[in-house]
Amino acid sequence: MPAGTALVIGYGNPGRKDDGLGPALAEAVVARGFAGVSVEQSYQLMVEDAARVAEHDLVVFADAHHTCEPPFLLTEVEPDPAPGFSTHSASPGAVLSLAREHFGATARAYVLGIRGYDLESFEEGLTDQARANLDQAIDFIGPFLEARGEHD
Amino acid sequence: MSTSSKSRRIVIEPVTRVEGHGKVTILLDDNGEVEQARLHIVEFRGFERFIQGRPYWELPVAVQRLCGICPVSHHLCAAKAVDWIVGGELLTRTAEKMRRLMHYGQIFQSHALHFFHLSSPDLLFGFDSPVENRHVFGVAAAFPELAKQGILMRKYGQEVIRLTSGKKVHGTGAIPGGINKNLSLPERDFLLEDLDRMKEWGRSAVKIAKDYTLENLSDIAGFGTFPSNHLSIVRADGAMDLYHGGLRAIDADGNRIFDHVDSRKYLDVLAEGVRSWSYMKFPYIKSIGPQDGWYRVGPLSRINTCDFIDTPEAEECRREFMELGGGGPVHVTMAYHWARMIELLHAIEKIAELLDDKDLQGEDLVVEGEPRNEGIAIIEAPRGTLFHHYRVGDDDLVEMANLIVSTTSNNEPMNRAVESVAKEYLSGQEITEGLLNHVEVAIRAYDPCLSCATHALGQMPLTVRLVSADGDVIDERTRN
Repeated sequence: MPAGTALVIGYGNPGRKDDGLGPALAEAVVARGFAGVSVEQSYQLMVEDAARVAEHDLVVFADAHHTCEPPFLLTEVEPDPAPGFSTHSASPGAVLSLAREHFGATARAYVLGIRGYDLESFEEGLTDQARANLDQAIDFIGPFLEARGEHD
Repeated sequence: MSTSSKSRRIVIEPVTRVEGHGKVTILLDDNGEVEQARLHIVEFRGFERFIQGRPYWELPVAVQRLCGICPVSHHLCAAKAVDWIVGGELLTRTAEKMRRLMHYGQIFQSHALHFFHLSSPDLLFGFDSPVENRHVFGVAAAFPELAKQGILMRKYGQEVIRLTSGKKVHGTGAIPGGINKNLSLPERDFLLEDLDRMKEWGRSAVKIAKDYTLENLSDIAGFGTFPSNHLSIVRADGAMDLYHGGLRAIDADGNRIFDHVDSRKYLDVLAEGVRSWSYMKFPYIKSIGPQDGWYRVGPLSRINTCDFIDTPEAEECRREFMELGGGGPVHVTMAYHWARMIELLHAIEKIAELLDDKDLQGEDLVVEGEPRNEGIAIIEAPRGTLFHHYRVGDDDLVEMANLIVSTTSNNEPMNRAVESVAKEYLSGQEITEGLLNHVEVAIRAYDPCLSCATHALGQMPLTVRLVSADGDVIDERTRN
């Protein structure tokens, strides 16, 4: 059993094609039932996610990525107190910043951006390419969570 | 900010701390004076078409895709409309009270977020304060307890939503003719744990907004302010009712234009106009016409239109608030914040009232009746009156959908506020960050939701278009 707890927040809009990659990854993590791993799904990150982040040692923000090299890009999150475009939705860095400032969070946090292609259509379901990228992201995230973020 | 000397247009983009994407265009005349200002909103009207052809029972869940900010309002409004389609509009006590609890949770969390995290920087630091302070992290640094309260109030409202709808976002609690769960005693007790703290913070929030308004009244009374009509639903006895009621509209002097209009008759009293320069519709009161029939919605309008509030603390606050109007409606745009906090207090009072009601543990959850082909419903969303109108075929598939969201109703008022502020603060002056923020402050007072619908990393779908006075597009840029 690895030390500490982990949280996966998969966010995005499943009604906008590949924008649903984050929630799809969250569902896959739930289906695999990793010990000590909590999962949240949401449309977008919100300020109150800071309180949830502070309850864990490792946090993975899973989202669709519009421009990264496929299949996905893992990036460590730094606290970012800069104002975002809107605070009705918050960036991972902003959430981490609030978590540390107000709730004493010590979690390490990563963004798992999964390459998507169609994020505009009002349709549910992923494109075939995005589905393939998701499958590779799922293969990666299992061992990553099991190791609580220790990776090469 | 970008400028074009050729067209003399000044474009402020984006409007920060407002949902989604907006663009403000200020057109200067030959003397450098403000000639016209417009707020452009990127709106995805494709949604109404998206849900055509889907079975009606999907609507309460599907419409939540429309907006990640107030999905509960769309969920409940669609459910109310579908209630009519299944002939189940007379809900059981448990079903109606569960929906109301969900709705007050939504009002509470949305108002808390707007006040503490979007508007408080303007109020606490002033419109001209350095840009590095004018955001929630500036508040967090200077007033850490206030910022934390805002987060926890938002979290509490989300817990109310989770326990009534099944999920914090895109829940399924409201179904045609009722709900799919009641509130268990452990769930009720969980919400009771923090209730007193939330009420206390709600009272404090009203005081902050009231003190700000009264202490700065000489500066803000005329800020983006103008007389207007106001519209909301009210209960049969005239009380504020955010979940159900008849339409009431008043004019700038407080005279009633129409009253207790059944939601299904909304097209008898309202119409939607269009403008060549905006994708958004411009609703207006039919009897007055498109020129002068525009109206405001939202917290300010609801406080103005109702006769009273049926919770004691919020009612006391309302009476004090209405003194601003000197016997008539309050038109001060910046008073939206005070009105919003009165509603926040009302919402937590209603939550307390409902948590004490054993009907929430009832087992009678759904009713059915004679099916119909049309359903129309109105609800007071956090930002204002929300309309959902659907027609379905005999095959149960949606044939027509018409939605009027509150930001659409406030479209004309926001444009007027922008123009008013631009004329007063931007004409012939250097365009500083502080001055630009005056325009944004006026827009933020309405808490508009310019839902962006997609937000993926690496993509911020904002298109800026510069159009010359003769209609030629001279520049266009999309920010990724």
